[in-house]
Amino acid sequence: MLSQLEGSRAVAGAVVCCRPQVVCAYPITPQTHIVEAIGASVKSRQLKHCRFINVESEFAAMSVAIGASATGARAYTATASQGLLFMIEAVYNAAGLGLPVVMTLANRAIGAPINIWNDHSDAMAVRDSGWVMLFAEDNQTATDLHVQAFRLAEELSLPVMVCMDGYVLTHATERVDVPTQEQVDAFLPPYKPRQVLDPADPVSIGAMVGPEAFTEVRYLAHAKQLQALERIGEVAGEFAEGFGRHSGGLVSTYHVEDAEVVIVALGSVLGTIKDATDELRANGARVGVVGITSFRPFPLDALREAIGDARKVVVVERAFSAGFGGVLSTDVGLAISDAKARLSTVVAGLGGRAVTEAGLIGVFEDALGDRLEALRFLDLDKDVVDRELARMAGTRRSGPSAENVLRDLGTVASGAL
Amino acid sequence: MSKAETDGAITTTQPVKFYQVGSFAVGNRLVDPSLRTVQADAARTNAITSGHRACQGCGEALGARYVLDAAMRATGGKLVAVNATGCLEVFTTPYPETSWQLPWLHSLFGNAASVATGVAAALEVQGRNDVRVIAQAGDGGTVDIGFGCLSGMFERNDDVLFVCYDNEAYMNTGVQRSGATPPAARTATTEAVGREPGNPFDQGKNLPRLAMAHGIRYVATATVADLHDLEAKVERAMDFRGARYLHLLVPCPLGWSSAPADTIRIARLAKESGLFPVFEAVDGEVTAASGIRRLVPVEEYLRLQGRFRHLFDSSGAVARTDIVARLQKLADANVERFGLLQPEVT
Amino acid sequence: MTVRAQGEHRVAAGEVDGSTTTAGPRGRPELFQVRFHGRGGQGVVTAAELLSVAAFLQGRFAQAFPSFGSERAGAPVVAFCRISGTEIRTHAPVDAPDAVVVQDATLLHQVDLFNGLGPEGYLLVNTTHSLDDMGLGGLADRLHRERIVTVPATDLALEYLGRPVPNVVLLGGLAALCGVVSLDSVVAAVHERFAGAVADGNAAAATEAYRLVTAEAKTANKEAVAHA
Repeated sequence: MLSQLEGSRAVAGAVVCCRPQVVCAYPITPQTHIVEAIGASVKSRQLKHCRFINVESEFAAMSVAIGASATGARAYTATASQGLLFMIEAVYNAAGLGLPVVMTLANRAIGAPINIWNDHSDAMAVRDSGWVMLFAEDNQTATDLHVQAFRLAEELSLPVMVCMDGYVLTHATERVDVPTQEQVDAFLPPYKPRQVLDPADPVSIGAMVGPEAFTEVRYLAHAKQLQALERIGEVAGEFAEGFGRHSGGLVSTYHVEDAEVVIVALGSVLGTIKDATDELRANGARVGVVGITSFRPFPLDALREAIGDARKVVVVERAFSAGFGGVLSTDVGLAISDAKARLSTVVAGLGGRAVTEAGLIGVFEDALGDRLEALRFLDLDKDVVDRELARMAGTRRSGPSAENVLRDLGTVASGAL
Repeated sequence: MSKAETDGAITTTQPVKFYQVGSFAVGNRLVDPSLRTVQADAARTNAITSGHRACQGCGEALGARYVLDAAMRATGGKLVAVNATGCLEVFTTPYPETSWQLPWLHSLFGNAASVATGVAAALEVQGRNDVRVIAQAGDGGTVDIGFGCLSGMFERNDDVLFVCYDNEAYMNTGVQRSGATPPAARTATTEAVGREPGNPFDQGKNLPRLAMAHGIRYVATATVADLHDLEAKVERAMDFRGARYLHLLVPCPLGWSSAPADTIRIARLAKESGLFPVFEAVDGEVTAASGIRRLVPVEEYLRLQGRFRHLFDSSGAVARTDIVARLQKLADANVERFGLLQPEVT
Repeated sequence: MTVRAQGEHRVAAGEVDGSTTTAGPRGRPELFQVRFHGRGGQGVVTAAELLSVAAFLQGRFAQAFPSFGSERAGAPVVAFCRISGTEIRTHAPVDAPDAVVVQDATLLHQVDLFNGLGPEGYLLVNTTHSLDDMGLGGLADRLHRERIVTVPATDLALEYLGRPVPNVVLLGGLAALCGVVSLDSVVAAVHERFAGAVADGNAAAATEAYRLVTAEAKTANKEAVAHA
């Protein structure tokens, strides 16, 4: 049903329709509204047969989800940033055990310095954990991906994470067609576990595996991700049949057919990139966009095909690997390793820095004019950086860099306009 | 022989003969089956079956076997176990084998309590309130790395019985000090060198008392020296719903440098010296304490363990009387606090 | 807050029924961006949301979001609303608002409230003082005089609501000032979000603000014509 509502609430509504049986989460900005809304549904008995557990840490949150899932219950949690790191041992554990937990990751920067705004550094920290990781471009997709996530997770016995940009999507009020209970029930059957703790048929789950078998057990995780690569597109297709709109899949493309420069990105920045693309195309530039929805498993073939014969690929990413460069671009680079395209990484939007259409147009024009270097930090204030580097070179006790930079910028309160 | 008069008739009762078995234990061949330990029953569930890889004389293997089978009896076999990383988990599941004959989940090191909360929630939501949950961990997984999750489970009063097998150090990783290591004990990270050899005094956490401070329904301590008592406490714990905690002292021959044959004896001496008080608490208040029949000085307990070797000289006499005196004070304080020399309160 | 469209849209996308938008040629689905300024606890974010709901009820696409930060009463807060006849893809902040609404005049010389507001922009300020009294007379050079309006929104809120919460009141003023949404839609959005006396009070105050601004705009227009 078409509604105008906050992204968090749309997602909460979708999750509630998926009939989770155990919901356990620890509050962290900017995921709070999602969990609060689900909690209210449970308390008001709108969502029945569900235990909503107020856990004492994110580590506990994922642990409770693991216990619940292993006992045959559909389990859900949500977190961001620091919370994801705090539960990371359990995140790997869930994937290693093959438990179909679904989690919302409201993407937020990882500190230090502490920052509550959006970027993708949190997701990047767990990209090898074995979870399926789906990125939403807007709140409609975010809502729909959660429904697909439960179905995918339970079919494959693999946990699935839906990434949506913190604040930018979670706290944006916009038009969303929120799934109805009937639609979701028709799409998502009750959970039938592949393994379950049941006194009637005891099994031991989580035993130690030594060198003689570890490779094989881990290879099975790889095989499941490859299965996911097949199923993600199919599940999106089945979703389209049931809900009447396309959402999800491995990648989305925009004007790539004749593009000489293709821009690749994850998440909500794709919207602004598409606006910039329209502007450039109106002036005759052949620019195209590939949005990656399935970040893990990484769609090497689909991406390769979408990029085609473009001579330049620009990866706009909201994370980076210190001292090295991009994170997403490394994956993209692998996809195009046999293509003629040259790759540039544009690191943008770290810690919630706005990525504007004007800024992007400037970068894309540089790409078109072969003026874009291999690694660029968009909107970097080089003077500020150089001043701090000079301070550090000049005196041993130069003090905390973050405070020095803030003082230099004359910022008295973060977020001041 | 005792006589009783009933309507003029004289009846006699057959006396029960006790068989001494080299300690203060009592043979139970003639005791009514309902009073026997679960292990005496050929139909016991053997929740941990034979073939596991525990060390000779392992107190934890002994304790766990009794705890699980008692819990299985109390729940009619409807039990799910969640196990933290540690000795118990390692020696019961050497891949590809498992000793567990009940549904069993290895969690991580610090989250057995949380995972158990999840299991309990799933059972409840599926309408299976007849199936109960037991979480188990060593002292490290309870007192240190497991404490946050445990406290959360206690605070929410989740329906889980948490059992701590306390061998007073991180044994599986090579005997390192934990928050449960007693003062003066040698471990690999508190060597017996320097002015204060072994683990420092004035540190450590008392988990049973912390559990009581959370106000949970049932807290109890026990040792592997009194297995009837242990089983009874497990079964009693299963009568309650909500968060419950059992702290079990399990000597470790490897880590304590003691003779494998001495495991039960050492556990008894821990209790009889006052160093390890055995008691029960309901809703945060002590309701029963197991009295000491023959109070022993702490050095009788310490002398049997190589981890306290540095307190004695080569002839076996106490060399560090100062340290032993401090340990004695701790024991005396327990005797006082729990009234361990008073007649038993039940 | 969730607002459900009752069956079909009340108005087909692309039509702007009942509104008198002067943002562009009537009937064209232009993008219109509003920036709200206020302090934490004054309902600035709610104002942006309600505006987006009003637009939604008229069948338009709308997006509302705050400039984010930790919860803190009294700190400056900014919220945005984009309204368009076509799908809104970007989630970037609003650089160049078409209208600025100032809920708290004490921000006037503390924060750059007019950043990005172009010469065709609208300005709505909650105050009982005149623009000149507030040191904003110079704005008339930058903007069209008839597009700068003050409303005693807090006073109206006190009168109709009994509480000094001016956010919804200002939406009524905004509807009159630039016509991006109709008063009917604002009132409908209010009734979706609030109930009982709160809804009625807000709706009445918004309606009164609409009337005041319409009147003031007419006066300003006359003056502009007179001085032309």
